[in-house]
Amino acid sequence: MERRTDNNTYTFFFAVGMVIAVGSVLAYAASSLKEKIAENKRIETQQNILYALGINENEGSKAVFVSTDKVADEFKKYVTKQIVIQGNQITEDDQAYLIDVKTEKELSKSQGYQRKLPLFVGEVNGETLYVAPIRGKGLWDAIWGFVALDKNMIVQGAYFDHKGETPGLGANIKERFFMDDFIGEHLLNANGNFKGIQVAKGNADPTNSDKLDNQVDAIAGATITGDGVTAMIKSDLSLYSSYFKALN
Amino acid sequence: MALLSKKDTKLITDPLADNNPITIQVLGICSALAITAELKASIVMAVSVLFVLAMGNVVISLIRNIIPSKIRIIVQLTVVAALVILVDLVLKAYAYELSKQLSVFVGLIITNCIIMGRFEAFALGNGPWRSFLDGIGNSLGYGLILIAVGFFRELLGSGTLLGFRVLGDPIEKTVLYAWGYENNGFMLLSPMALIVVGLIIWIQRSRNTSLIEE
Repeated sequence: MERRTDNNTYTFFFAVGMVIAVGSVLAYAASSLKEKIAENKRIETQQNILYALGINENEGSKAVFVSTDKVADEFKKYVTKQIVIQGNQITEDDQAYLIDVKTEKELSKSQGYQRKLPLFVGEVNGETLYVAPIRGKGLWDAIWGFVALDKNMIVQGAYFDHKGETPGLGANIKERFFMDDFIGEHLLNANGNFKGIQVAKGNADPTNSDKLDNQVDAIAGATITGDGVTAMIKSDLSLYSSYFKALN
Repeated sequence: MALLSKKDTKLITDPLADNNPITIQVLGICSALAITAELKASIVMAVSVLFVLAMGNVVISLIRNIIPSKIRIIVQLTVVAALVILVDLVLKAYAYELSKQLSVFVGLIITNCIIMGRFEAFALGNGPWRSFLDGIGNSLGYGLILIAVGFFRELLGSGTLLGFRVLGDPIEKTVLYAWGYENNGFMLLSPMALIVVGLIIWIQRSRNTSLIEE
């Protein structure tokens, strides 16, 4: 007996049916969960900013965020002001943390668009810190982060994250041993010009005691991810240097 | 009556050793090389594949009589992809932390040859319950090798296990490092994963010579 399923018409309609069935199931799931997912992302951004400010629940060598139920209150408490820098204009906007750095980066490529640069001003232990978002490319996909600076552009805290870096190698940029190395590093060189921080291989300073060298120790096996971190710090934080110059 | 007949038990135990998907069938090598630099990632991957393979095998087995044979591979791929994306979406909404840890694995699960291999070789010709067991067995066999490789790579490459410094601190030079021991950075790179898998295959075949092909 010839199998009914070898028939061309059957095959065609099966394929169409399958695509419609799978497509609608996924579309239904995606649209019904959309708000919940967006909410999770919003909370995460707040947690990231708080983490960079040093507000976290770290356990030992593990990076732990402020818990989700406390995050809204903590964010209100520590982040005193959110500003948007657009060219020479500085405006206050308490929704600035929702600005999508990726979209802004894309838009800034078109002529005549002034990129919106969000900056979050926080008060922690009587000190004023400025958190700036950064975004770049790792080995496989996007990497991003938040860096907390004091008014002299000295790093006071950093949080990095990634979309799809290799576990155990590039993915380690979101581990404390790497992120904590940035604390105390200067972004400016001795002359007060913007230099950035290089994730350096063959760094003779693995304990990172020299904070003036504009370098942190790289992760073995994660050269390209590390270079991505160097590049995003340089390209994105340099945009803020004129703002910081005006502060002093 | 026992829950599993003798034949059913074999479905689970065979892939653990004499018919291991990685060391004997040499399937799923790509992910075994990519994510075994640390033990935790190996375990997460093993659990994810366990879930997807068992579920996928059941789904394919249920629809095996209505799948047109000409496009069966595409149908299989669609089933895996849909399952993985669905799980990813649900995790993103209800277990956001977990989904972030899994994000990098999603693509690797869909393209894992073990999954397609088992659909093609087993689920298309067997009932749902046996397919389910086959899925469990094969993913356990896969996970076993993944965890073994992850164990050695993390231990020798970073001197840690699940993130704990079991050999001392390499910078402060404590415990083993005080004696001049150094981590081997090579272990963190993919070629060493291939060599570790090769060593496991060698040991396995030297203990059971019937596994050596002519």
